[in-house]
Amino acid sequence: MAASLTTPLLQDRELLAPQQSELKRIVRTFLLSKIATLGALIFALFLLISILGPVLAPHDPASQHLKLRLAPPVGLGREEASWEYPLGNDNLGRDILSRLLVGTRVSLVVGVSTILLSASVGSLIGAVAGFYRGALDNVLMRLVDIWLAFPGLLLSIGIAAALGPGLVNLIIALSLTSWTVYSRVVRAEVLSIRERDYVLAARAMGASDLRIILRHMLPNVLAPIMIISSLRMGTVIISAASLDFLGVGIQSLVPTWGGMLSDGREFMRNAWWLATFPGIAISIVVLGVNLMGDGLRDALDPGLRQR
Amino acid sequence: MKYLLGRILLTIPVIFGVSVITFSIIHVIPGDPIQLMFRESGVSEEHLQAMRHALGLDLPLPVQYVNYVSRAMRGDFGQSLQSQQPIMELILERIPATLELALASFILSTAIALPMGLLSALKRNTFIDYIIMTGATLGISLPTFWIGILLIMLVAVKLGWLPGFGRIDYAVHLQRPTGFLLIDSLLTWNIPALKNTLMHLALPVLTLGIGSATFTARFVRSSVLEVMRQDYVVVARAKGLRERLVIARHVLRNALMPVVTLIGLRMGGLLGGAVVTETIFAWPGMGRLVIQAIYSRDFVLVQGVVLFFALLRITINILTDIIYVWVDPRISHI
Repeated sequence: MAASLTTPLLQDRELLAPQQSELKRIVRTFLLSKIATLGALIFALFLLISILGPVLAPHDPASQHLKLRLAPPVGLGREEASWEYPLGNDNLGRDILSRLLVGTRVSLVVGVSTILLSASVGSLIGAVAGFYRGALDNVLMRLVDIWLAFPGLLLSIGIAAALGPGLVNLIIALSLTSWTVYSRVVRAEVLSIRERDYVLAARAMGASDLRIILRHMLPNVLAPIMIISSLRMGTVIISAASLDFLGVGIQSLVPTWGGMLSDGREFMRNAWWLATFPGIAISIVVLGVNLMGDGLRDALDPGLRQR
Repeated sequence: MKYLLGRILLTIPVIFGVSVITFSIIHVIPGDPIQLMFRESGVSEEHLQAMRHALGLDLPLPVQYVNYVSRAMRGDFGQSLQSQQPIMELILERIPATLELALASFILSTAIALPMGLLSALKRNTFIDYIIMTGATLGISLPTFWIGILLIMLVAVKLGWLPGFGRIDYAVHLQRPTGFLLIDSLLTWNIPALKNTLMHLALPVLTLGIGSATFTARFVRSSVLEVMRQDYVVVARAKGLRERLVIARHVLRNALMPVVTLIGLRMGGLLGGAVVTETIFAWPGMGRLVIQAIYSRDFVLVQGVVLFFALLRITINILTDIIYVWVDPRISHI
């Protein structure tokens, strides 16, 4: 009895060492890729802006100066431009730079919350389906099929319109169309893991289903979940901006990048900067996230790296 | 055949689920569609009640659902609350515009993505590969609607080279037997109309096609690289087959199989993407129809269009599977 109690402990300790070096290897591989590091730096910068945005903003993003309506950005050699408003002013004379800085928070909050919500719900459904198999698996996977039958963006638009405007409703609408990919991948992983020796061993020792899922399976599916999350984040940020652009997003006084683009569209004939700068902001943050995602995939999935 | 039959049977529960979800759209919204649409117009409560009764919205939910499905199966998606026109009629009017846009974008994106992805894989880790993959990564990061706005600002407004709105100029006369303007102008041999249609198609197709091409190119590259590591490719090379033949006979065919699935999925994605693109380019298709329905709070119409989109997508998935079996005969024996 004593032996059977100590052996797993010993194994645990032995396992700990390679796990640490594995983490080191992943971080090293990631940092070795200059492009992935650049992506992470871009994301970190935007994260910082999203926290400090209101402090960094030189002006109140909502204050209107009708004299400065559609004032151009500096650097074009136009007289009306002033360094006080380096990116120019919008149709109500509001400072575009300040609005961009403050709008960063909304974009990232929506992106991160949607990923967290859809990853947890989707992974749980996938894990349950893969673990219990049989009828439950069938039902859950048909649910995924049904969901996949709708074009994602259209479903998000429909749900967001039905739920009404607001930050939480936007996150719900986007999460409802993002969870399926997690379910499919996690289910496939769990199906292959559940027959492994260490799962059988844990079961033989009387571990509960919940313990097996949380302690033995989750760590093993974490890598694919992280890869999907980093690659999906960009899509979610773009979708959120699309919904704001179409006017079914947050719809409040808080500036959003998509909303700014939508306002700017009406003035594209004589004030291109209104619609250009928010688009650049979205593109840079999404590029950062995508580069980070590619790097993370290479670091976490050695099989893919060799290609 | 058996495989395909099974595949089609599997879509029955999916269609059932889709019908439940679209049915729920107008029942999860706070209030009901009638109240939402007319609450600010000062219509009396009695009148609203009469409208609810006419639409069957006062019946118990299960009865409403059965009515909904049985009508939908006969192709009756109900009536638009705003225009009172049958929804199916509205959809059929606009479906050619959406399909024309989606198909043209699909052709453009595949024509760009296949050679680019292949070239990138064959020239792996060279300058060409880096250029193509950098382009693809940048392309994925640009929001579609922003590309559209930039193109309108630059090409249509600033340079005035191409039109930025609509499908065809009002001044151009064209008989429309099919509703697909490209086909119509070819059928009636109306060259000015053909030219005008192509010019109107250019920007929206570019907008929708670029985004899709970047996804596909990246996927083609990794699929080709995956196949090139397989034993049979090594054997083909070892037996002295010329590289061109190795690529043509062994790599391409096998690498294209997963690509077919992806392309099928992208086609569904293009239909979804059309919603945004149509709004930007004032393209009179189904995407714009659904957005306008949302703006006018006509949720019965929203419900109808969403259902139609889902059914269209299911059909595309089945077609993809058929092509898949055709490309890979092994599947049908599983």
